[in-house]
Amino acid sequence: MSTRDRILSRIRRATAGAPDAPPVPRDYLRVHGSRTPAETADLLAANLTEYRATVHRTDEDGIARLLARLLAASRTVLVPPALPGHWLASATATRVHDDPASTPYDLDRVDSVVTGCALAIAETGTLVLDGGPDQGRRRITLVPDHHVCVVRVPDQVVDSVPQALERLDPTRPLTWISGPSATSDIELDRVEGVHGPRTLDVVLLGAQ
Amino acid sequence: MTGTHLGMPAFPPFPDAAREAVRDGVLRANLRHATHTIRGKRARAVAELADWERLRAAGKAVKDHTLRHLDRYLLQLEASVTAAGGTVHWAADADEANRIVTDLVLATGESEVVKVKSMATQETGLNEALEAAGIAAYETDLAELIVQLGHDRPSHILVPAIHRNRREIRDIFRSEMGGWGRPAPEDLGDDPRELAEAARLHLREKFLRAKVAVSGANFVVAETGTMVVLESEGNGRMCLTLPDTLISVVGIEKVVPTFRDLEVFLQTLPRSSTAERMNPYTTMWTGTHEGDGPSAFHLVLLDNGRTDTLADATGRQALRCIRCSACLNVCPVYERAGGHAYGSVYPGPIGAVLSPQLRGTAGAVDASLPYASTLCGACYEVCPVAIDIPEILLHLRERVVQGGPVTREGVRVRLRPAHGHTAERAAMRAARLLLDHPGALRAGERLLARARRLRPRRLPGPGRAWTDTRELPDIPAEPFRDWWLRERGNRP
Ligand code: SF4
Repeated sequence: MSTRDRILSRIRRATAGAPDAPPVPRDYLRVHGSRTPAETADLLAANLTEYRATVHRTDEDGIARLLARLLAASRTVLVPPALPGHWLASATATRVHDDPASTPYDLDRVDSVVTGCALAIAETGTLVLDGGPDQGRRRITLVPDHHVCVVRVPDQVVDSVPQALERLDPTRPLTWISGPSATSDIELDRVEGVHGPRTLDVVLLGAQ
Repeated sequence: MTGTHLGMPAFPPFPDAAREAVRDGVLRANLRHATHTIRGKRARAVAELADWERLRAAGKAVKDHTLRHLDRYLLQLEASVTAAGGTVHWAADADEANRIVTDLVLATGESEVVKVKSMATQETGLNEALEAAGIAAYETDLAELIVQLGHDRPSHILVPAIHRNRREIRDIFRSEMGGWGRPAPEDLGDDPRELAEAARLHLREKFLRAKVAVSGANFVVAETGTMVVLESEGNGRMCLTLPDTLISVVGIEKVVPTFRDLEVFLQTLPRSSTAERMNPYTTMWTGTHEGDGPSAFHLVLLDNGRTDTLADATGRQALRCIRCSACLNVCPVYERAGGHAYGSVYPGPIGAVLSPQLRGTAGAVDASLPYASTLCGACYEVCPVAIDIPEILLHLRERVVQGGPVTREGVRVRLRPAHGHTAERAAMRAARLLLDHPGALRAGERLLARARRLRPRRLPGPGRAWTDTRELPDIPAEPFRDWWLRERGNRP
């Protein structure tokens, strides 16, 4: 008998005669509290800030200027294939395009990366990337030390984790980001930035 | 009797190991600080969710339902992972899992792998098996790195180096990093920031060149084949996305039926574990993705005693565990004894019920573990999947003392009552440990009254002759501690 069949038959023997498990109670909340879209955006900003991300707000007219300011210290910036062109219109950093042939070493030499997102979760202060064309492959938001993520408000903001899962496609590679990389492994002192980007700027893009 | 390997062979029984830990003042201070800090933060994070108890009930129900139909969900998982471009392997025990992983690594032609912290591969002792095959395995979680460089063993599920303070960590980095790769800076100080930076530089060279990674997973979704890893540092993301080949070793109990089920655990796990609303990074992947991440993905499904545990109607609830470590942080015995005393990679209350089930209660360590508790019930209160750990402890004590039917390696056998005073000795030594430490005892006795009906009917060993002719005295309804307080005043 193969190991697979042996394990399966052990499971069947172990559960034979066990009563059927009761249905899963789904009476937990879909959302915690009720908020206007503006309040939801405020909550997102507050929770992101608490986890040491820096939150900025702007509209379509101001985004180029804001991104130019956030990238002022960067010599190079990684750009996903379909990042809206006008976002980086004023930035002076040299564009590096997300190239499947690039090695991790190539990415390690880039200063910053700018992406959109799939959605953001207000209650937990979480950004979710799904590899969409304005976000690029998972590695480009990982290796550079500075990540600027643009969230369209209110369209891309949901209140809660249950709402987020409902809107996501599980077959896409998903990266959930709640604040920059952090560790508490040394006497439980929180230290930002062990391996992922140490600086996370979040831009809430919408009517101001 | 059984060969189930849980990562720490040849260890003294709990009371002996614990006694040594209790004498170590630095260790106790580190542990106390750490567990109390997380405990307080966790309570606040949980209080934020008005529906916590409902989420807890849902988490329990999802897991119970999955365990009841585990065969079906594993087959569905196998089909969906395969359809998404992954390969599924099945491992009955630690040796088989290690062999599968070693062969997969050797087939890539590589001689080093980067690892994401994973309880399953600690359980199987994978690093040692890889080393024997000439493959270097680098732990990339900061705490695991500290443990690995310090030639040490993890002592906590979530913060494996919880027993080390910053000075010890600096010394380990200074003396050991150079032997594994980029050395620590000459003048490395003991500020956590500096230490984290040293780890970043040391590990980055490994991430950038790594071709093969080994991980575990927090959840795997049967319906979609989606794998889920929660972490904080980004070392997980590095390992899960940069290498060409990814091998994930996962206990068969990690499966959940649907993508939607994650909505429960993504709310309860981070809050129970690190006391955060959400951990900094979560990665989800399904098979392989053209042009993004590893081009080869292998899932190794591990039994290693889990099906035996599943066969026990009371004990099987331990398989609901999502390894959040909340029960460790509230346990008065763990706080004093430390993680190493539990003699397996699973320390604390969950270790006390899981290890003797995965390995069987025949050995001295495992016979003693069900006594490594005061039965205060705090572990049950905090558990996000409502595992009644005290109930399982009592069940296992009864098994040690009286014997009874158990399943070992798929075969139903009858365990004989403990001989050679194993159980009695274990119980008495554990009791002495607790008597030395009144705080632990106080917490425990509150539950003892409730547990009276489960006390063993007969004593093992020499005590048996005595109990053969009379009943054991009832455990008094009033805890001894309360009597003591009343009679002797509030002296410790
Ligand atoms: S037993 Fe419960 S509290 Fe303990 S680690 Fe497992 S899930 Fe967490």
